[in-house]
Amino acid sequence: METLMAFTVGGLFAAAIYMMLRRSIVKLVIGLVLLSNAANLLLFTQAGLLRGAPPLVPEGAMQPAGVVADPLAQALILTAIVIGFGVLAFAVVLIHRAYEVVQADDMDQMKDTDT
Amino acid sequence: MRLEVALPVIIPLFFGALTLILWRWRLAQRVTTVVGTGLMLLSALWLLSATWQDGILVMHMGNWQAPFGIVLVSDLLGAIMVVLAGISGFATAVYSLTSMSKRHEAFGYYPLLHLLLAGVNGAFLTGDIFNLYVWFEVMLVASFALLILGGERAQMEGAIKYVTLNLVSSAMFLSAIGLLYGLTGTLNMADIADKLSYAEDPGIITVIAMLFLVSFGIKAGAFPFFFWLPASYHTPQVAVSALFAALLTKVGVYALFRVFTLIFTQDVDYTHEILLWVAAATMLTGVLGAAAQFEFRRILSFHIISQIGYMIMGLALFTPLAIVGGVFYIMHHIIVKANLFLVSGLVYRLKGTYELKELGGMYRSHPMLAILFLIPALSLAGIPPLSGFFAKFILIRAGVEAEAWWIVGVALVVGLLTLYSMIKIWAEVFWKAQPEEHADRPVHGSVGSGVLYLTIGGMAALTVFIGLGAEPIYRIADAAAHQLLNPSLYIDAVLGER
Repeated sequence: METLMAFTVGGLFAAAIYMMLRRSIVKLVIGLVLLSNAANLLLFTQAGLLRGAPPLVPEGAMQPAGVVADPLAQALILTAIVIGFGVLAFAVVLIHRAYEVVQADDMDQMKDTDT
Repeated sequence: MRLEVALPVIIPLFFGALTLILWRWRLAQRVTTVVGTGLMLLSALWLLSATWQDGILVMHMGNWQAPFGIVLVSDLLGAIMVVLAGISGFATAVYSLTSMSKRHEAFGYYPLLHLLLAGVNGAFLTGDIFNLYVWFEVMLVASFALLILGGERAQMEGAIKYVTLNLVSSAMFLSAIGLLYGLTGTLNMADIADKLSYAEDPGIITVIAMLFLVSFGIKAGAFPFFFWLPASYHTPQVAVSALFAALLTKVGVYALFRVFTLIFTQDVDYTHEILLWVAAATMLTGVLGAAAQFEFRRILSFHIISQIGYMIMGLALFTPLAIVGGVFYIMHHIIVKANLFLVSGLVYRLKGTYELKELGGMYRSHPMLAILFLIPALSLAGIPPLSGFFAKFILIRAGVEAEAWWIVGVALVVGLLTLYSMIKIWAEVFWKAQPEEHADRPVHGSVGSGVLYLTIGGMAALTVFIGLGAEPIYRIADAAAHQLLNPSLYIDAVLGER
């Protein structure tokens, strides 16, 4: 399972970088979406993958019985997803406004600030 | 439980919410912002004096003991940074009273200012690496919105570059946190440092360290990741530029100082050698970039980059004196750099342009402003007795003692080129005669510029004070460096004596 996840994460990173290197700003944002999801999945995989072992404490006991999944990593990913969602919503509005102002979907047209 | 550790974060959050409630009342927003940033500065000074007297202060949020809960930790470096954030926040708030137009204020400038400061202070004070990521994002989202306030074409273009590279940096930061968590099973920085000191496989740790270096390097504007900075910092309102120049890159530098003194000290020969090369390249490219520019704020933006190089040089040499120099440099730089941007804003207000070629004759028409420009400009270049001289002197002395001759050479050459750049601005803006064809530009005139003079004068006075009273400042930096170089102090303070 870890191997599969490793290739998935690697593929997502590669796809994200490919999209970000293209000239269209829409593809740039798609690249950012893939990038944040790749980072989230990496965090998820790193915490260890366990099947069917929720971190629940049985009634009356002080700690869960046996090996359970790590809930902390999932809390982290949840936070990261929320943050990523907010930031990407901003990025989408930003490229929309930039498109209106510049009248082009092309990074090469956006060189006003470089001279 | 120490309340003062949380106050510098709580105060701007509270005033951010308050200014949101007061959205429709411009005057009330302005008053609350000045009061709020002033209170934040006071709480920061309280925190610094408490940290100075009692050592590293720790606050366990929700009374969850470390390493299980999130902690706020104030060591001297963190407290110093919070004070500097308070100073630049307060100066910006006062400066905005005149410089911000109604149109910009109506789109939430003041709430965003407070949220930015909350994010910055949170990043300086947190003792939890994931919490650091969260504060970075709070700061970034506020800075995104501040950057495009006004919605001009240049701002949109600058913002796309700024947003993209900072999001790449955040994704890398998150990946590095994931790898570190997989390795140690903890997020508390003190606990991570403790666990890594027993780690058997330094190879993977060095890989993670490099991920952190790249991520924080992007945020700090270090070579070769600085391209977002000169593309965006000259586009927003000048008060926003000044605040960004003072604080945002320094959060990246602070994070580098934190992780490369506390967590990643296993393979200093390798990691800090890379940092040293990064420092040299950052200094050189920044100052050479500035030499090619003829726009006031773009020159200053490139100088931010070259100055970041000096700070990283202090970290990279990794001797006690070098760390002192790095901390001293941060203190000097934040005040001087914010002040130079504020001066550029006043020049713009009087003349209506940032282009050096179209400016001129300011020494004749505004001699007071010329003097107030010279103080931070010469300080930036390192002329005694101003603050920059002592900052550079400590770093170069540390370099000589460590026998790292080439970095000393680079630092000296870059200091000279900085002087060249500052003299270029002086000659073009203040000394040469006003070019005839650009003389009749519609401008704001000097209406209400008293507040601007006051802010610039206050910051210049601080620069002179750091220069003339370098001894106490040096002692604080020295104590901060002592704490940084003895991570066990930090670890024991957070986790308790074991």
